[in-house]
Amino acid sequence: MTIFRILLLTGLLVCAIATACTKKPMQAVIIYMAYSVIMSVVWILLESPDLAITEAAVGAGVTSILFFLTLRQLNLIDRDQKKKKDEEQEGEHE
Amino acid sequence: MNKKDTFLRRWLRGEVEFSALLAEPVYPTPEEAVPYEPKENKHVAIRTLRRSRTGYRAAVTVLCIVFALFMLLVIGNLPQYGAADAPTVNEVPQRYVEQGMEETGAVNSVAGMILDYRAFDTLGESFVLFTATCAVTLLMCAAPGKKKEEHVFEAEVVRYDNDPIVRTVCKLVIPIILMFGIYVVLNGHISPGGGFSGGAIMASALIIYAIVWGEDKASRTIPKKAISLITLCALAFYACSKTYSFFTGANHIHSIISPGTPGRIFSAGLILPLNVAVGFVVCCTMYSFYMYFRRGEL
Amino acid sequence: MNGMFQNLLHNYEECVSVILFCIGFCMLLFDRNLLKKVLGLDIMDTGVFLLLADRGYIAGRMANIITDGITDASYYINPIPAGLVLTGIVVSVSVSAVMLSLTVRIYREYHTLDMDALYLMMSEKRKGGRV
Repeated sequence: MTIFRILLLTGLLVCAIATACTKKPMQAVIIYMAYSVIMSVVWILLESPDLAITEAAVGAGVTSILFFLTLRQLNLIDRDQKKKKDEEQEGEHE
Repeated sequence: MNKKDTFLRRWLRGEVEFSALLAEPVYPTPEEAVPYEPKENKHVAIRTLRRSRTGYRAAVTVLCIVFALFMLLVIGNLPQYGAADAPTVNEVPQRYVEQGMEETGAVNSVAGMILDYRAFDTLGESFVLFTATCAVTLLMCAAPGKKKEEHVFEAEVVRYDNDPIVRTVCKLVIPIILMFGIYVVLNGHISPGGGFSGGAIMASALIIYAIVWGEDKASRTIPKKAISLITLCALAFYACSKTYSFFTGANHIHSIISPGTPGRIFSAGLILPLNVAVGFVVCCTMYSFYMYFRRGEL
Repeated sequence: MNGMFQNLLHNYEECVSVILFCIGFCMLLFDRNLLKKVLGLDIMDTGVFLLLADRGYIAGRMANIITDGITDASYYINPIPAGLVLTGIVVSVSVSAVMLSLTVRIYREYHTLDMDALYLMMSEKRKGGRV
């Protein structure tokens, strides 16, 4: 059990550092989702099932959705794909 | 009576136009936006910024290291992890666990604690959520009367309701998720869960619905008025149902409503309705966060 | 001093929470992207929650659901940190929602999320306003 705990905590640290080091905000948000899921398992190990359910629903679910929506509002997702699509459309018009 | 017209007086008379505050200024699209170029003293400004950034980084690094060392020092002097004789394990948690079931009727002592012994705490938290919704509304609200096509940064709308796989799976999954959310809310006093987690699960079901069938249909199914009404009623019910502890001299342990048989659904006095109220508040808050971020209105 | 290091080894979970807090703190203060700053604040939050929950954990005891009618306090862990953290998780979501909507507004106004560019543009705007 202690080994599992230490593994999970290492995963937490790795995810946090990866979130800090990633340049693209999209990747950072996805890694943060993984971080939240690991956190909810840690809550189970700490004998707090209430916290585990809340963290899984709120931390991994709703927070990440909010981040994704923000990225969408800022047009930071799929910018390259959209450009490609626009170019194709322009080509068709010609 | 021609006193100075303060903002408060004009507001009380109802003369303040908030729609101007709410109206969204017209922003240039990213393609039209002029790329930033410092006009005057460009090099001086950038050099100053760089110099100040170096100083800032050094200061923050030192601050962070000092912080970390201090906290590690504190942790080194804390009682051992998982020790049963730590000073935090005193008579307060003992009381919550040993007499909580008898006094509140809740099998889950955490639910009994946050919704009965410390219910004011949770009321304050619900108001934090409400305030956050207000702030997001003010910040993300689209100008009234503005058409959706003009909404500036809206990327092309992707709809999934024509996709047979997505549609079928969502039709199957959404009721199950909603059901699970309601189950978690209603069983908050018996099993792990409660208003916060159950509300977030219900909100996620609604969000899936809005993603798949489009925001317009979602806002027609769940009208704006319903959301504000539910939030308001839930908050008001919560506040009213806890006011009686004012009359009992803040001693609301001996509830008027009997705790019932612990372990049944209809037990634990006020905890079940309070859980439902908190669940509604959380659900509406999360859903309206989604709608405001996605669409600019409910 | 030796006892302190022993204690630090035993309290490794709290040490992890301090490291998480510091990672979040550095992200909040160093990163120039506003979105990454919000993420850093969230990580800081979870560090604090982990520390709180660790203080409530007691080895070998059960979660706070009363089973088989045993109401002896020596069978269950401490419920108070769990209640506090439950409150905190939901508050942290609403804080990040408000901060994200502020970020969206800033981006719409200035078309950048970079702190340095924002700083330069704002100072120029201020100068322009004065003249």
